Amino acid sequence: MKKIEAIIREERLEAVKKSLEDVGYMGITVTEVVGRGHQKGLVLQWRAGEYRVDLLPKLKIEVVVMDEDVSKVSSSIITAARTGEMGDGKIFIIPVENVIRIRTGEDGINAV
Amino acid sequence: MTINSGDTAWLLVSAALVMFMTPGLAFFYGGMARRKNLLSTLMMSFVMIGIGGLIWVLYGYSLGFGPDIGGFIGNLSFLGLKGVGQTPSAVYASTVPQLAFMMYQGMFAIIAVALITGSVVERIKFSSLIVFAVAWLTFIYFPVAHWVWGGGWLARLGALDFAGGTVVHLNAGVSALALAFLLGKRKGFPQDQMEPNNIPLVVLGAGILWFGWFGFNAGSALSSGGLASVAFVNTNTAAAAASLTWMFLSWRQRKPAVLGAVTGAVAGLVAITPAAGYVTPVAAIAIGIVVSFVSFYSLILIKSKLKFDDSLDVFACHGMGGIWGAIATGIFATTMVNTAGSGAVDGNWVQILRQLAAVGAVAGFAFAGSLIIGKVVDATLGLRVRQVDETVGLDISQHGERAYGGLMR
Repeated sequence: MKKIEAIIREERLEAVKKSLEDVGYMGITVTEVVGRGHQKGLVLQWRAGEYRVDLLPKLKIEVVVMDEDVSKVSSSIITAARTGEMGDGKIFIIPVENVIRIRTGEDGINAV
Repeated sequence: MTINSGDTAWLLVSAALVMFMTPGLAFFYGGMARRKNLLSTLMMSFVMIGIGGLIWVLYGYSLGFGPDIGGFIGNLSFLGLKGVGQTPSAVYASTVPQLAFMMYQGMFAIIAVALITGSVVERIKFSSLIVFAVAWLTFIYFPVAHWVWGGGWLARLGALDFAGGTVVHLNAGVSALALAFLLGKRKGFPQDQMEPNNIPLVVLGAGILWFGWFGFNAGSALSSGGLASVAFVNTNTAAAAASLTWMFLSWRQRKPAVLGAVTGAVAGLVAITPAAGYVTPVAAIAIGIVVSFVSFYSLILIKSKLKFDDSLDVFACHGMGGIWGAIATGIFATTMVNTAGSGAVDGNWVQILRQLAAVGAVAGFAFAGSLIIGKVVDATLGLRVRQVDETVGLDISQHGERAYGGLMR
């Protein structure tokens, strides 16, 4: 099993959720995060001048998938989240040792 | 001396309006602080309603408005409001109960001392602020109020200050600068970006301030007739002009900033305060437009160029706005509006010098006095919180609370 962690643009959330559903993964966790990449940040204003904010709001989506689904799921996220502009985000793929469903206690593949 | 019910009703309502300005100021300031200092910033203003509300009744009114001693201060014959009752005073506001006049003036003392806190937020020790506030009211505010309104020497000089531009705003603005000097910069200023935690709160606070200011300025007519109406119109007009001007200044720089529009409104209200009952509405527009330029560029000079940490720009808005308002009163006051005041537009150029004399006297007294009081408090109690307390934030370190509690919604 692998955990796919995708940092995406906030406005791509609905498209990414839909694409994950299409490849069979309903269960996801979404977190609001801020971060910095190649994108330059935002210029904001105070009372008499401006300043730069370089940590931009993004969403982090976490989904645990079976090993054989990794490339299918990640390419569906890429298709849904890509705009081609700087700031589209990143995907991290992390090995998962086990998964346990709290309600039933079942573990492994059955709990994904 | 018969009581006029219209005058009395308006003055009582005005007192309540001015009281409401202090919680308004709390939100105005609070929204601009960082999240970890939101409550402490609110509290610095709110606590003044308690402090000022007590000492005004105990001895403040007596020092400010009691029978004159040498043009400098009132005597103690009104201690604990002795003899201040339901009949009008022999000297002030002859158509309203003296109690109403007393309470109205008390609200000014409260907002004045609360204004100072904007320059020292996020690092001053709360207990020391309380001591400073009591001393500042006693040794700075009550005398200055007496000089201008209590029959003291500035009143005799002929300086015009309709509703407290010099007594409240200049006085507080200069004192705020002195205290910020003593206290030093916030940890991380100016290299770290310190973002306002909640601009909507700032907008709410500015709205409350604007609303309350009708009591502050139009109430200062001490009657409910034509003069109050003039002051009311001028107040709204100057604030409107200043708000739009500041909005355009920020727009020219980049975009029409909300924080700019509301800051401009407050600067306009400050500047029209001394002039409200002496000038025409067209003059009020000029006063409002100019004050936004004055405060906008003072702010850049003070904060960006000189790197003084007057954290919420009290001096740029209230000090510089107050100075401009005082001068503008000397320029635009006309007997067509109020027979009690004539300025340069009436050919009375000397009035500008009288205004400058009042500005110089109050600014010098407030700066020196605040430095001395601040030094004494610093030497005895310490003005500043410990480094670690500043890092954690004053909400938790000073008050044991936080603005947004709990992990669950």
